[in-house]
Amino acid sequence: MMTGAAEGANRLSAAGDSASLFAFPLPGRRKLLYSVYKFRHATALESAVAFRESPMRVEFRAITKTFGSLKANDAISLEVPSGSIQGLLGENGAGKSTLMKILSGFISHDSGEILLDGEPIRIASPADAIRRGIGMLHQDPLDFPPFRLLENFVLGAAKAGRGLKGDRGRSSRGTKLARRDFGELCARFGFSLDPDAWVDSLTVGERQQLEILRLLWLGAKILILDEPTTGISLPQKEKLFATLKKLASEGMTVLFVTHKLEDAEFLCDRVAVLRQGRLVGATARPFSSKDLVELMFGKDVPRTERRRNVPGHSVLSVKGAAIEGPRLRMEGLDLEARAGEIIGLAGMEGSGQSLFLGACGGLVQPVAGAFCVDVDENPGERGRRGARGREMRDLTGKTHHDFRKAGVAWLPAARLEQGLVPGLSLTEHFILSEGMHGLFVDRKRAREIAESRIEAFRIKGGPDSPIESLSGGNQQRALLALMRNPLSLLLIEHPTRGLDIESTAYIWSKLRDRCAEGTSIIFISSDLDEILEYSDRVIVFYAGRVSPPLDAEALSVERLGGLIGGAGWESLEGKGSNVA
Amino acid sequence: MTNESILLAGLAGVLFAAAPIVFAVIGETITERAGVINLSMNGSILLSAMGGFSVSLATGSLLLGFLAGAAIGSLVALVVAFASITLRQSQVAVGFVLALLCRDLSYFLGNPVMGQSGPRLPGLSIPLLSSIPIVGTLFFAQDLMTYFSFAIVVLAWLFIFKTKAGLELRGIGERPAASYVRGSRVEGLRYLYTAVGGALAGLAGPMYSLSVKAGWKGTISGLDGLGWIVLAITIFGGWKPFRAALGAWLFAFLQWLGLVLQPSLPGIPSQVLQVAPFPLMILTLLLVNLGDAEWVERSLARLPDKARKRAARVLRAMRATPPAALGAPFEKD
Amino acid sequence: MSRNRPVRFAFDAGGVVVAFVLTTLVLVAAKAPPLKAFANIALGAFGTWDVTANVIVSWVPLVLATSGLLVTFTVGLWNIGIEGQIILGGIFTTWALRGLEHSTLDPSLILALAVLAGMAGGALWASLAGALKTFGGVNEIFGGLGLNFVATAVNLWLIFGPWKRPGVASMSGTLPFDPKLWMPTLGPDSRLAPASVVIALLAIVAVFILVQGTYFGLRLKAVGRNPKAAYVLGVKTWQHMMAAFALCGLFAGLAGAVQVLAVYHRLIPAISSGYGYLGLMVAMLVNYSVPLAAPVALFFAALNVGSIQLPIVLRLDSSLAGVLQGSLVLLVLLAKGAKERFLGKVQK
Repeated sequence: MMTGAAEGANRLSAAGDSASLFAFPLPGRRKLLYSVYKFRHATALESAVAFRESPMRVEFRAITKTFGSLKANDAISLEVPSGSIQGLLGENGAGKSTLMKILSGFISHDSGEILLDGEPIRIASPADAIRRGIGMLHQDPLDFPPFRLLENFVLGAAKAGRGLKGDRGRSSRGTKLARRDFGELCARFGFSLDPDAWVDSLTVGERQQLEILRLLWLGAKILILDEPTTGISLPQKEKLFATLKKLASEGMTVLFVTHKLEDAEFLCDRVAVLRQGRLVGATARPFSSKDLVELMFGKDVPRTERRRNVPGHSVLSVKGAAIEGPRLRMEGLDLEARAGEIIGLAGMEGSGQSLFLGACGGLVQPVAGAFCVDVDENPGERGRRGARGREMRDLTGKTHHDFRKAGVAWLPAARLEQGLVPGLSLTEHFILSEGMHGLFVDRKRAREIAESRIEAFRIKGGPDSPIESLSGGNQQRALLALMRNPLSLLLIEHPTRGLDIESTAYIWSKLRDRCAEGTSIIFISSDLDEILEYSDRVIVFYAGRVSPPLDAEALSVERLGGLIGGAGWESLEGKGSNVA
Repeated sequence: MTNESILLAGLAGVLFAAAPIVFAVIGETITERAGVINLSMNGSILLSAMGGFSVSLATGSLLLGFLAGAAIGSLVALVVAFASITLRQSQVAVGFVLALLCRDLSYFLGNPVMGQSGPRLPGLSIPLLSSIPIVGTLFFAQDLMTYFSFAIVVLAWLFIFKTKAGLELRGIGERPAASYVRGSRVEGLRYLYTAVGGALAGLAGPMYSLSVKAGWKGTISGLDGLGWIVLAITIFGGWKPFRAALGAWLFAFLQWLGLVLQPSLPGIPSQVLQVAPFPLMILTLLLVNLGDAEWVERSLARLPDKARKRAARVLRAMRATPPAALGAPFEKD
Repeated sequence: MSRNRPVRFAFDAGGVVVAFVLTTLVLVAAKAPPLKAFANIALGAFGTWDVTANVIVSWVPLVLATSGLLVTFTVGLWNIGIEGQIILGGIFTTWALRGLEHSTLDPSLILALAVLAGMAGGALWASLAGALKTFGGVNEIFGGLGLNFVATAVNLWLIFGPWKRPGVASMSGTLPFDPKLWMPTLGPDSRLAPASVVIALLAIVAVFILVQGTYFGLRLKAVGRNPKAAYVLGVKTWQHMMAAFALCGLFAGLAGAVQVLAVYHRLIPAISSGYGYLGLMVAMLVNYSVPLAAPVALFFAALNVGSIQLPIVLRLDSSLAGVLQGSLVLLVLLAKGAKERFLGKVQK
């Protein structure tokens, strides 16, 4: 299979471009000169098959990476042979992205080793990575939308050490060769891409195809794909999988990062599961979904006795809503949230929960359907909602402030970016949130409010300390403390992110108190235990599909984990209209 | 002299007067393509005009004068680059301060040479070509720097759109993260292109003080305000060399028109026509940004699917998109 | 924040020192005696009562412009259009005065109305820039810049067109108004109107109270630091931005009115005299802190007035003032960057 020219070319590229010709015996020199010539002036298509001629295996040895107090990767060891597809499963925050960022050169590990073909190496930068043959396809491909496909293809090729050697940057010859290579590669994998089209006119699947071709052209021997099946159509997914299988059969080492069980089970030869920074299990075919879910999410923990509120009147009514995001579309959303009820939204990040939550608060505009919120015209005494004067007002298409006036509050996950104002003190935040008005700030009253909230939520920080001086956990408490009273609907993204167990329990006790007063809560969490512990009902989001509200008590960790990973949706069909 | 020949001479004069602006606009286009706004243009044109004139006066060499101007323009631009790339300060703040500082520096240091007559760039008609009717007078009976101004437009276009380096330049201004992944040294290249753009813009100054408006006249040199106009034309030009040059020529044309029409409109000073680039710039910016405005987004969401997709497409076509990363510092993670 | 405080102060002080050094070098390059030049400026600003009065005359519009800009900076906006807003203030004031000069109203009333008209004019022009930004997404830097030029054009057109002096239009502006319509000054030859000083002081105090002590000011601050979070906290973001523009326009219009009524008594082409841009510099130099604005503005005004007779006495161009002003702002900005780079960022 290996021609003399290619073999010589490989030896040269392995030895470095400045390898001395005179190291080789005389008879072979002419052959070598010819192969050098061919390599330097040939197309880079030869490099696009480097993985075939000299496949590369990769090994992680005790890789550890810490960010501040968080151990993102904890002594992870994993061997990936060449010509195989290795799946990497795990929920959000498990450490998969960190590990792949290390391999692809974005960040460097604190301790441990990475070995390519048995040799320990240090990857200095993403460009260094591709020079060594490690190519990464990001979830949002790092391409240039306003440029054409061919331009995206060739940009940076020279720096990757491969590509066109003889090309001195002038358009005609270099681009012609690139164009030809592009066409050949497309044909080989059955992609139909027009090199002169603009990248921002492509679908995500097509952008992935372009990026894969580019990485191949640059001589990738290891291909990392980060959650590639988010937001691509089924035929595109099938094509992607066929491509990956073909590449692997020819010697490519593929690392497939995903949270979707069915994809991993279908495509991968082996699967490794990460959880909280550690490698908790690695299996080969045949796979057991049950085992994988258990590895990803852990076992069922006996739950405390829950006191259920008797749900009251309807507070939020969503009918037939459709929401469009950058990479997904959800349809047929129906929900009736009742006073005193807690609804948990589960699913991997980016599956649509944030969009849905935002739509319930007027921050995201639905493209179809109606969002109605209960508005109490005559608020009764504190805590008791009068039965008279209540109406469900259609707030579809209105702004978040209209929702706010109707008694809806939204607490974001990105505390300092979306929820808190750096430079303002705690007290000042309360002034704003409480909507205190008038001309001159009533500092005394503001302070009183601040101090009482600080006490109520056990915030470690003075009323006048700037908000950014608080620790992350205390900022989270501050965010929650900003809730107004009374509220009919509370929408929270990740209420206890960054808090320890004790604080979590305390915060939830305060939230439960609110429920007892009649507030309905819809929250997002990536912690299954939290979802199951505190929700009355659970809605699961997966790749644009939305489950009907499920009774939390009857839901096990296994079933919930499965749904989050994409397993078990068939049993839901017919039970509700929320499957897109 | 026939009316026709007066008109022709006038138009040739327009190209002549526009030449420095072409240089400055092309320079700023390159800088902004890399993702950096150089707001100091108003000051650096004045400073390079004064500096180029002084050097030329002192040495008797036109070449040294132009080189001095380019060096000054480059230096000022490098200060903007340093403050914004390395020190992460606002490009707007630094550029604005430099605009005022360099202007005052030029007046102060230029005081001694004010009013003196110095070397002047001679005309340079190309022998055969300049006798071609119309075209010859317009394009081939100019001076060296005006010829360069024509050339720089073509060269800039070729560089930006037809070479690998130009592709890389567009990349770092568009999506520095993607460029970084492909091995581009984003920060270093931004420094480079800011300096290059600054050098080109720095040639505009001497082109005034050694050619178009020969001499240094301090506060009444009529150069104050040109830098802001250059920035406006850069936007109008949509970061494309040919369109930018068109904007420069259009501006010079309107100025000339104002002078010509002055006698027939005694009540209106020529300055009124000269502000024309600005409404044009505002209009361009309006169209550019209309797609992003929140109220537009919300109205769009209320439309039925088909209409929404169509409207979105129309809005996208109207955009003369600036490089997406313009003005934003590049953070590696 | 108190950690490293002396080090942080050292950076700022260092910036100021370097600025003076640079200016000295510039003087040396111009073959001028540095110390003599500085002394001359000081004398030219405070040497006699007359020039001191002139410093204050110059200080008034500068403080007014800076006050307005501090409001827009609080909400995170770069209101470069302030020059045009001052011009429109002058235009509206002149218009009101021209309309009322032959009426039988009490002169003080006419003056008051003219001042109000000026404020309205500035607010109008600022709101235009604000609308372009809020509804058209036009960056306020370029929108403001464009409107500055348009305002200058309108001003020139008025001076050379409809409002020109009878006979031949002149660069020295419109026909001066009757002395009874002049804002009362300290003396017959003085240009210092105590009323204008009071107005300026009131303005800076008002802005201080606004930003520090009112709900409105707090909301402006929130929008300036984090518009997304401010929105979620219930603050109407774009409305506050528009309000900030209008407010700044009020102050700018006031500056223009003072220039017409107290200083020039007519509309001149250079009615704004660069006070808008200079105000931006003052605001940047004091890092947007209100208490420091008035003293620094006084310093800048002193530099301007003090350097007026440099051409006569030392044969140096009076733009030396601008060189020092620009150097100070630039170096302090660089020092701030160096501070953040080497010591880490700390919020105010």
